Amino acid sequence: MSAFPWLTTLGVLPLLGSIVVALLPSSKPLLAKQVALAVSFVVLGGTIAMALQFNGSSTEPFQFVESYPWIPALGISYSVGVDGIGLVLVALAATLVPVTILAGWRDIEEDQEAGGSVKGYFALILVLEALMIGVFVATDVFLFYVFFEVMLVPIYFMIGKYGGPQRSYAAVKFLLFSLLGGLFMLAAMVGLYVVSARQLGTGTFDFLTLVNLDIDPNTQKMLFLGFFFAFAIKAPLWPFHTWLPDAAAQGKPGTSVLLIGVLDKVGTFGMIRYLLPIFPAASDFYAPVVIGMALIGIFYGAYIALNAQDMKRLFAYSSMSHFGFITLGIFVFTSSGGTGSVVYMVAHGLSTAALFLTAGFLMSRRRESALISDYGGVNKTAPVLAGFFLFAALSSLALPGLVSFVGEFLVLLGAFERYIWVGALATLGIVITAAYMLRVYQKTMTGPLNPSLDAGGIKMTDLKGREITALVPIAALSIVLGFYPAPLLNVINPAVERTLQFVSVAEVDSSLSSEGSEQ
Amino acid sequence: MNFTPPSIDYFAISPMIVIFAAAVVSVLVEAFAPRSTRRFLQLLLVFGALITSLVLIILNASTRTLTAGGSVAIDGPALLFQGSIVILAILGVGLMAERSIDPVGDAFASRVSALPGSEEERQFTQRGYLQTEVWPLTLFAVLGMLLFVSANDLLLMFVALEVISLPLYLMTGMARRRRLISQEAALKYFLLGVFASAFFLYGAALVYGYSGSINFSEIAQTISSKPSESIILLIGIGMLMVGPLFKIGAVPFHQWVPDVYQGAPTPVVGFMAATVKIAAFGALLRLLYVAFGGVRWDWEPIIWIVASASMILGSILALVQTDIKRLLGYSWIAQAGFILVGLAAASPAGLQSTKFYVISYGFATVGTFAVVSMVRDSNGEATNLAAWAGLGRKSPIVAAALSIFLLGLAGIPLTSGFVSKFLVFVAAVEAGAAWLVIIGVVASLIAAFFYVRVIVIMFFSKPTEQTAVVAVPSAFTTVALAASVAVTVILGVMPQPVLDLLTNADVFIR
Repeated sequence: MSAFPWLTTLGVLPLLGSIVVALLPSSKPLLAKQVALAVSFVVLGGTIAMALQFNGSSTEPFQFVESYPWIPALGISYSVGVDGIGLVLVALAATLVPVTILAGWRDIEEDQEAGGSVKGYFALILVLEALMIGVFVATDVFLFYVFFEVMLVPIYFMIGKYGGPQRSYAAVKFLLFSLLGGLFMLAAMVGLYVVSARQLGTGTFDFLTLVNLDIDPNTQKMLFLGFFFAFAIKAPLWPFHTWLPDAAAQGKPGTSVLLIGVLDKVGTFGMIRYLLPIFPAASDFYAPVVIGMALIGIFYGAYIALNAQDMKRLFAYSSMSHFGFITLGIFVFTSSGGTGSVVYMVAHGLSTAALFLTAGFLMSRRRESALISDYGGVNKTAPVLAGFFLFAALSSLALPGLVSFVGEFLVLLGAFERYIWVGALATLGIVITAAYMLRVYQKTMTGPLNPSLDAGGIKMTDLKGREITALVPIAALSIVLGFYPAPLLNVINPAVERTLQFVSVAEVDSSLSSEGSEQ
Repeated sequence: MNFTPPSIDYFAISPMIVIFAAAVVSVLVEAFAPRSTRRFLQLLLVFGALITSLVLIILNASTRTLTAGGSVAIDGPALLFQGSIVILAILGVGLMAERSIDPVGDAFASRVSALPGSEEERQFTQRGYLQTEVWPLTLFAVLGMLLFVSANDLLLMFVALEVISLPLYLMTGMARRRRLISQEAALKYFLLGVFASAFFLYGAALVYGYSGSINFSEIAQTISSKPSESIILLIGIGMLMVGPLFKIGAVPFHQWVPDVYQGAPTPVVGFMAATVKIAAFGALLRLLYVAFGGVRWDWEPIIWIVASASMILGSILALVQTDIKRLLGYSWIAQAGFILVGLAAASPAGLQSTKFYVISYGFATVGTFAVVSMVRDSNGEATNLAAWAGLGRKSPIVAAALSIFLLGLAGIPLTSGFVSKFLVFVAAVEAGAAWLVIIGVVASLIAAFFYVRVIVIMFFSKPTEQTAVVAVPSAFTTVALAASVAVTVILGVMPQPVLDLLTNADVFIR
């Protein structure tokens, strides 16, 4: 393997790109977009090149490792590396950023009077990309925390400067919720550091060292809560979700895609990467509670989505329901559950992107109204748009043949293996998902054309070339990985297995699962 | 009776001698130099003395000595605090020397003794006189701070406390605009300050009564040699702590803070908020660690309570402020609480975190007040937050600089404020005060809300007719602002060299 610093390069590229974009003259917004798009494609190319060199059968916990001392006085180093989980999430981020830039090509232009400059938005996207890559590749807990927190700043400005009428409220709510979680994580991180200092003599934040610590169960339970709180807010898990619908409804579609599609995955990523290996006893202890929260989230989110009047809020609550599935998969501690969760993270990123982007295209044709009742019969005048909308809805409800089905199936399989009734309950959630997704499709796309869609200068035109270009890759990826998930699974599964080894209850064979059902 | 004068290591205390000499000359300049040359001469003197003093401190870097009969300690912490006080004083003096921001002159009343609104005042302002009395006062205040952090006996510490305080009371009342608020603040600061000093003196007397000495090392020896604790000692320690805690502005000695922050001339606030805090924490550290290290179980709970109260009360009261200077005042009270969390740990990590926090805070403060002094409307500084709406669009660079400071104060990673908070929390957890960290986390969140609110007002609101303009400053303010931004970011991204420096300057000489 070459010693080329892949991960650092991938992180630094968008950062440099954002500086270039920010320095461009404000009078040339088109150039800023072109540069941003070009940079994001280079990053995507780099990610693909790196992924091709990834050795799926390697026994090393992390690949493309780099490590330099950063603040040695506190045992902090700049250490990066990816396992299969990190790799697919980096790839997800690298894929969704160019798609978002392309889809948001015109969104920002119309927004200049609200104060944000065009180049500013695209520079922020690139900063965010750098930080998203950073958070998935960090193998030093402190470094992870830095990315985790700093990431809030660009997304805060993306919501607050470029969002809808209530953007300031939504941005501050988002920031405060996230900071709350972050601060509790900070407290837990300090605790972890002190524990490591007591055991090893000098404190460290190195992930691979921390997982081998022998932390007594009571301490684990306290520290677990600090980290879990941060991840549960980020993901978001019921009952820490209230910031999400506001942020999603006020942000630009592109902002929402990156926020829900990638950023929120940091929460579930954190659970599987940090909680399970570092606090195995506590994870086992809290698993019933977390699974309970996940189940409530699945149904609560779906229930609200069923009655939502606002498309963006509907998608936000639907995501909350999906995050319930992802969390469930992680905390059943089975190989298929864990692998399914990671596949689901990727699939949910893709389907969220498809949903928010098509909805964004739809709304841009009707003065940004997100009300479902403002639409109807769109498939009469814009069949391609309606088609993509249906695809996005089907992808979200996990139609077999799409990648989200693979994820959902594995998660449910994992749940059944461990607790039959949990699996059975969660399966019900799928039915509701189908109900609300098809309902929104039916209300907006079918039936007679809503009269307001052909009056007062509003024309429901079909998708244009740029818009289709943004959606096609997402659809293609969903289908290809849906029919042929092997590359995804081969990369993810070893990493999940390694993680589950830490939780001693790793693989539950069938004889145990019947016992589990009686619990 | 033979009197042997104590031997004095003149080189070790030369940084203070230089400032003292310059202060005396500065008074003479005020008395004898013609008005037209005074400002130039004073600035030359002030900057010359501060820079010379800094050079001497650096030359003394490896000095570790007790001198002047054991009453002055020149050791690692003292030199570190002295160095940072002098550097921040240079930046703060830069703010005070600024003349381009206000169209009428600098930030100080042309003649402080003239009644506000009187004919005399109008005439002096019309003639464009700049008063220069602020410079000798500044030098004396700096001298007091340098002495405060190296004082190793109770009497000298009291003298230093007074040498700091008296000039600052006067400087608080010198604002050119809104003079009544300024004078009210000065009076309030003076009355409360004198009260706090009296407590300190009473405490010194009690501790002397207990130990028979005013020297820190001898007090520590007495404490360790006596088997049982004495109530006189405990009351004495409590009273002694009032002096530095008052200067720090910790709850319940915080009432003066918002008034003085609001009333005093903004450059003076920038100067003293940064430097006095370092001096006060330096003195408190020496007092508690050197003299009373043996009974730390007795004073730790007091610091815990003061720290928790400061964090919570400061954050909550800051929430409802509409004036940026008052907001920063309350925010300071909360920050003081965080620093005390580190100090309460009574360990090397506690010492390290306190030093790092207070120094990095000093730079953020100078920068913040540099920005505040630049944001103006027709009546002078526009300190009402309503006037800050949309400032980020009119002056993105200045607003971005302020945002960096505010994010730093809120403790967002990659700023000095985050590293500070982190160090403080580590020290507290290591010392077994994890619950204090939880309070700190909650207070941090409340604090984040009002820091972020300022950013929201600047960036997410539309400019209105009331929106202030950002005056173009001269090199003085620009340098102070740029240096503060640089330090805030560098200490956040690359704290290692400074941490090494702090580790080298770790041990109090006893």
